[in-house]
Amino acid sequence: MAETTLSRPGSISAFLGARRGRRRLDWTDWLSYGYLFLGVLIMFGPVAWVVLSSLKSPTALTEFPPTMLPYATETVRVEGFDTPLELYTVTLPDGTTKQMAQIRRIGLQAQMVDPENPEERISVPLADRTPERAIAPAWNNYTDLFAPNSGRNMTLYAGNSLFITIVATVITLIINAMAAFALSKYRFKGRDGALMAILATLMIPSTVVLVPVFMIVASMGLVGNLWGVILPSVATPTGVFLLRQYMLTIPDELIEAARMDHASEWRIFWRIVLPLSAPALAVVAIFSVMSRWNDFLLPLVMLNRPDTFTLQLALNSFQGENVVQYHYLLAMTVLTALPVALMFVVLQRYIASGIASTGIK
Amino acid sequence: MTLSLNSLVGTIGSLLAKAVEPIFVALQRLLGIKRLPWVFLLPNLAAVVLFSLLPVFINVYYSISGSDRLYPTERPVIGLDNFEALARCQNFLDPSTCSQDLFWRALQNTVVFVPVQVVLMVLVSLLTAVVLNRDIRARGFFRGVFFFPVMLSPVVVALVWKWILQREGILNAAFNGMGLQSVEWLVRPDSAFSWAIAVTVWANMGFYTLILLAGLQAIPRDVYEAAKMDSASPWRQFTRITLPLLRPTMLVVVVLAVIRSVQTFDELYVLTGGGPGSATTLIIQYIYERGFAAQPRNFGLAAAASLVVGLVLLVLTILQMRLSRKSYNG
Amino acid sequence: MTIKTALLGAVAAAPILAMAGAAQAQDVVSLRYMCTSDVGGCEIWGELLEGFHEANPGIRVAIESVAARAITDTLPLQLEAGNDAPDLANSIDLGGLNPYYLDLSPYIDVADFEQNFGQTLPWLRGSNQDDKGVYGFQLYFTVNGGFVNSTLFEQAGIELPGSDASWEDWAEASRKVAEATGVQFPMAMDRSGHRFASMAISYGAELVDAAGQPVIDDGLRAASQQIIDWNKDGTMPYELWGGTGGTVGTNMIDDFKNANIVFYYGGSWYLGQLERDVGDAFDWAVVDQPCGVAACTGMPGGNAVVALKTTKHPEEVAKVIEYMASDEVLEEFLARTQSLPAKQSLIDKGVEYGDVSESTAGALQKFNEQLPKITEAAYRFQGYRFQRAMMNGIVQRIGQAINGELSLDQALERIREETETAITAAAR
Repeated sequence: MAETTLSRPGSISAFLGARRGRRRLDWTDWLSYGYLFLGVLIMFGPVAWVVLSSLKSPTALTEFPPTMLPYATETVRVEGFDTPLELYTVTLPDGTTKQMAQIRRIGLQAQMVDPENPEERISVPLADRTPERAIAPAWNNYTDLFAPNSGRNMTLYAGNSLFITIVATVITLIINAMAAFALSKYRFKGRDGALMAILATLMIPSTVVLVPVFMIVASMGLVGNLWGVILPSVATPTGVFLLRQYMLTIPDELIEAARMDHASEWRIFWRIVLPLSAPALAVVAIFSVMSRWNDFLLPLVMLNRPDTFTLQLALNSFQGENVVQYHYLLAMTVLTALPVALMFVVLQRYIASGIASTGIK
Repeated sequence: MTLSLNSLVGTIGSLLAKAVEPIFVALQRLLGIKRLPWVFLLPNLAAVVLFSLLPVFINVYYSISGSDRLYPTERPVIGLDNFEALARCQNFLDPSTCSQDLFWRALQNTVVFVPVQVVLMVLVSLLTAVVLNRDIRARGFFRGVFFFPVMLSPVVVALVWKWILQREGILNAAFNGMGLQSVEWLVRPDSAFSWAIAVTVWANMGFYTLILLAGLQAIPRDVYEAAKMDSASPWRQFTRITLPLLRPTMLVVVVLAVIRSVQTFDELYVLTGGGPGSATTLIIQYIYERGFAAQPRNFGLAAAASLVVGLVLLVLTILQMRLSRKSYNG
Repeated sequence: MTIKTALLGAVAAAPILAMAGAAQAQDVVSLRYMCTSDVGGCEIWGELLEGFHEANPGIRVAIESVAARAITDTLPLQLEAGNDAPDLANSIDLGGLNPYYLDLSPYIDVADFEQNFGQTLPWLRGSNQDDKGVYGFQLYFTVNGGFVNSTLFEQAGIELPGSDASWEDWAEASRKVAEATGVQFPMAMDRSGHRFASMAISYGAELVDAAGQPVIDDGLRAASQQIIDWNKDGTMPYELWGGTGGTVGTNMIDDFKNANIVFYYGGSWYLGQLERDVGDAFDWAVVDQPCGVAACTGMPGGNAVVALKTTKHPEEVAKVIEYMASDEVLEEFLARTQSLPAKQSLIDKGVEYGDVSESTAGALQKFNEQLPKITEAAYRFQGYRFQRAMMNGIVQRIGQAINGELSLDQALERIREETETAITAAAR
């Protein structure tokens, strides 16, 4: 894209004749890059902090002020004790420092022992000791989530989310495409009425019809069932609209030619129209995947049994427990965000163009 | 990438298609081409009617019926009692004098939240879009950076910020490090509300930045060239040329942002639970709690409140469609 | 091709697997037991029910461990919707869920249940005095009580208040200790209408009268005002009662375990946690009930195991409940979760708690002593059918009063209104 004069208002070289190669940056450019780097910090920073925190052990998480990186206190085996004891650097009353191991902490005092002389035990105020630390990411925060009896059934929740996302997206694509096909390639009585009906639902957000939808799903016997979450939002009006707009650009001659060859309408749909609509289908698919994976309110209302929870519901449930296990919660948060983040990195261009076209439709 | 997505759909589809084809062929023979479109239309239309259109009418019935039963057949009609209960207020500006004080509090919160959040969001998005529109390197990367939080689920967004803002979180640690006292960010009503706005702006501004960026890039270059000829200052170029040409897109963005803002629920529910007290409870949370979490549940009130919100959103959506048609054409 | 095939396989296989699962279940009666995870008892039930499975190979009980909030908030909705509810559950809202309970009288030894659980069966019957149904049994008793960090008192050099100390005395002492030792919060109480009720009744509140109507009296007013004042002057942590939203019940027991709170008013179900997590970091004890002008009482509580009407296998459910209520099984459950017995036969015999720390043993004894001293008003409130509505109101509205959203009078008025609304809604 060619430089615009707007983008370099203060640059003298523009008036004097452009230099070959890179032009010099002026203060507006520095300001812009400054803003952008600030943006990177604000946008990525919070998430990065959660990722770092998710690698800390529960004890490290209760520390305040928190350390940047995950640390763990080194331990040492001392004769006469069954379990390894934590290692500290202690400031003795006479001012010298010594490495000692901690037997236990009672209130504001700690009982310490010299690892070399297990007989020598002294009581040290908490303030006079500092732990010996090393960087130790707690990977088990992640692996424990998948352990069979952890009470955190990560694979189950991920499976539920995946099932809903994939099945819903597939169904959405199929029925939206079919409807768009009917509304774009045919003229029939009631076509405009049907189109209006579908677009009218743009004005009826799901939050507003929550109670009746719940009742309808309950009377279908699907409350507590993953299908009760899949079915209510398969008929997305924006999907139909986007696909219809795209299908309108497919030349009718192709279809006429196929009809001449005695192809059935279904075949025309599957073999000609659908493949040609691939870009629009991709956009609809991406949006559907994103919105289904992140969906919260509808699953919250429909799914009550823990073994039907999606990742989002599980996260919400765990953060509302009486005793929150933050190390697991943070790891789970990172894992829940990961698929979407990956998808984002890979498909950014399509998402961006899709949104741009939604805004200016 | 499009190709593999396409072939993925194709693979699933071709299996189903082979199974379904005979049905369609038979239907085509039976109904003729003129009626066949209805067959294509039917699944989507049925879902639309069942899960969107019908519920609106059922909502009306809920709002005029009472009792805490779920199925409409078990609910007696009580007329406009629910609406009357919602509207019963001694002083409309003081929710605590209203019969349904939580409704009015939620409404009040929403009425303050939406304009402030949308204005902030649009300004930040516009600024970012203007910066991104400049000739910078790695524009794609930076654009992605601002869009990144949009991809995160509301639950993840809320948990990320909850982790930062808690009493022993990193923000307070930073404050302490600078010699300032810890602040109970999410515990005091005013700061909780402010953070509610900040967090939702953080999570959503990338979406609108993208739309505004596209709008900026659609402005033809020769317009600027002409202005340069008249040696107009950059600021004048911005206010006299860019802004007016961007106006249609801006209006679309504002309306979209308002529609989305009115429906804010997920992030705030996880971030503060609507608290402290009811300081960050917005109208959708009121509806959800009334219908699904309160003891006893009051479907009638929830439905009545839903209709009120639905009406507002209806007006806004019509406005948005009119505006987007205008921007598309002119 | 592999990714596509895998995805395709997953989509195609899912319904097949679901059907297979359903087919397998037809030989065995599958029951769902919804268990509250708070006391940590669900894993223990998993083990204890193995004995039942061995004795009854045709019945299989699946345990769903959920947070208490799921049972209070969503179980009623599931029961209302009708098609997703479990067969038996831990009921916390004992009287409130009465419309959904299954009467087990035809399937069990009614006389035995009446004798052993006679005191608490009325709680499950809601407000209907003529109801003679047996809907389940009281799993354990809990008592509200105050936990104190005695090490902090020692380090501050202040004496623990005596056995007839009032709530104000405890607040005063805790404030002094917090100041002397640099602890952040002197006193805290679970954000719960149930805990607050102990204080209110001690201050003279009646809460509910004999006719089942909510009562707003001077006692309730004084107790509410006290909590509001303590939240405002820093005696109690603002973030707990004031800074939380809605009707959510939360706690700060973690802060007590980290020696951040001097005096914590919670209940006997915390014993397991304290035993496990405090270790020897500090000494703690349960104190006598703080007094108000009218009484020095706590509130009784505890979950019941109930059978639900929506079940398709009432006889099998009855068998499970009889097994769970049997002396041997129940005693082991109580011992392992450090809970107080509600079954008369076990109260008479005494429960062997095994190897517990001194603090825990002392606490258990203290709680056992306090049980008979609980006042009648407390028992009546516990069995109140609309207790949940009133407690939700208390928590939410007093929270709002602390925040300044409502005045105290408005808050109390709303509490009464909301309870009355619940009463009329149920009658319609």
